[in-house]
Amino acid sequence: MTDAANGNWTPDLPIVSLKDVHKSFGDLEVLKGISFDVMKGEVICIIGPSGSGKSTLIRCVNALNPIDSGSITVEGQEVNDPKLDKLELRKKVGMVFQQYNLFPHKTALENVMMAPVLVLKEGKASVEARARALIRKVRLDGKEDSFPGELSGGQQQRVAIARSLAMQPDVMLFDEVTAALDPETVKEVLVTIKDLAQEGMTCMLVTHEMGFAREIADHIYFTDRGVIVEHGPPATFFDEAKDPRTQEFLGQIL
Amino acid sequence: MWDSIQTFFRDLAERDASWNFIYIYDDNELERVLEGMWVTLELSVVCVVFSVVIGLVGAWLQGARSRIVRSVVQGYIQFFRNTPPLVQLMFFYFALGQFTPTYSPDGYLQQPIISNVGWAIISLSFFAGAFNVEIFRAGIEAVPQSTQEAAESLGMSRFQAYVYVVLPLAFRVSLPALNNNLVNLVKTTTQALAIAVPELLYQLVSIYNDYSTAQNACMVLMFIVYITLVGFLVFGMNRWERRMVIPGYGGGGGR
Ligand SMILES: Nc1ncnc2c1ncn2[C@@H]1O[C@H](COP(=O)(O)OP(=O)(O)OP(=O)(O)O)[C@@H](O)[C@H]1O
Ligand SMILES: [Mg+2]
Repeated sequence: MTDAANGNWTPDLPIVSLKDVHKSFGDLEVLKGISFDVMKGEVICIIGPSGSGKSTLIRCVNALNPIDSGSITVEGQEVNDPKLDKLELRKKVGMVFQQYNLFPHKTALENVMMAPVLVLKEGKASVEARARALIRKVRLDGKEDSFPGELSGGQQQRVAIARSLAMQPDVMLFDEVTAALDPETVKEVLVTIKDLAQEGMTCMLVTHEMGFAREIADHIYFTDRGVIVEHGPPATFFDEAKDPRTQEFLGQIL
Repeated sequence: MWDSIQTFFRDLAERDASWNFIYIYDDNELERVLEGMWVTLELSVVCVVFSVVIGLVGAWLQGARSRIVRSVVQGYIQFFRNTPPLVQLMFFYFALGQFTPTYSPDGYLQQPIISNVGWAIISLSFFAGAFNVEIFRAGIEAVPQSTQEAAESLGMSRFQAYVYVVLPLAFRVSLPALNNNLVNLVKTTTQALAIAVPELLYQLVSIYNDYSTAQNACMVLMFIVYITLVGFLVFGMNRWERRMVIPGYGGGGGR
């Protein structure tokens, strides 16, 4: 394996590349050799039963969880490198969580502005213009000065998406971002993600929304007990699943 | 106006020997009392500020990766929390005070670099600071790990996440307990009497040692001053607590 320096990366190479990723929590091996590539502008969905390691996998991509062996690169930069500059990585990779995790003491606008000002050291005026535009984009005009506690779950989640986008990442990670929402509000969040995907944002989603996955994904990965059991483009994946475990899972969900 | 008040208390002292408000009608004693109040106020404010800073730094160090750093902080807390503040004051001043270098401002007398007021500030700040570390730590632990993770995933460093996200939230949780501890600290400043810091209690005790009839009057003043001082502190802290309430976020009788 070459120590692919960031400079060697070109957009025709995979933007995210996982090779034989292993990860254990104590004695529990959660990821048992995961490999796949994501190309720039691609939308991939990871599905699978609870506890199969989907969250762990996605958290490894932005170094929230360290991996034990194997390799994960983002734009050619090795995430598993002890010398990794996490800041550089996290400028490229945005993440949205199931529980939104907004900063409760900041208004929606402040939530979106905080990281670009603190981390990217950009001027307040230009950040504010961008933040307001992003809040409009996630259809929350008028909620700029509301605190997270004053917003519905769906609204909070859209602020969280705007907050992540304000860092102008190249890849967005979504970990079951609609799982804490009621069915009514799920749609408004999914619409936001769909807009993003259509604009060409590279997205890695963990989701239980099969209809949504079928609609927007370029590729679907089904994980079970730490391995990728089956994968393919939505059309073949949903209609011609071969592995009995996939069939069983899809049978329960659909 | 002031003259007639002084006359009134001078007459009272003559009529009734147990109510000698000497510090009202005697300008020398008045000056001592005012000086004592000033030192008490100074000691309280400086120690409150230092103890809060110590608490914040200590709580930050408690989350350090290095085990040595963590055990030093833990040792500090155990020492200051489990020994009486009076003993700490005396230990700092009489024991450590002997080893601090001296200087000579006038060329004759040697003076220690750290005065008794200095030692009182150090000792009392560390005493209250030990409690503040624990108070802030409890607040920090109440901030969900996931909130900090969100900050980190946005590229913030651990320090930035601490200052801009964790602390502001932890502080709100900590305020009621901090309030109590600071009230305690202000009251504990009276123990600086033991190392002859000229604060209010020290001045009043020496006044009624000189004029035994003034004892009741001195006690009365003592209570009035402390009720007022602590009253202001509590009022300020409560207002602050209310101002920090986040709309839609738990705690503090929010909306
Ligand atoms: N920090 C951790 N420490 C120990 N074990 C963990 C930790 N995080 C996850 N696990 C374990 O790893 C396994 C995979 O967890 P993970 O959260 O990745 O599953 P998941 O596929 O996202 O499930 P779900 O669909 O319920 O979100 C689980 O058995 C979980 O208990
Ligand atoms: Mg999960």
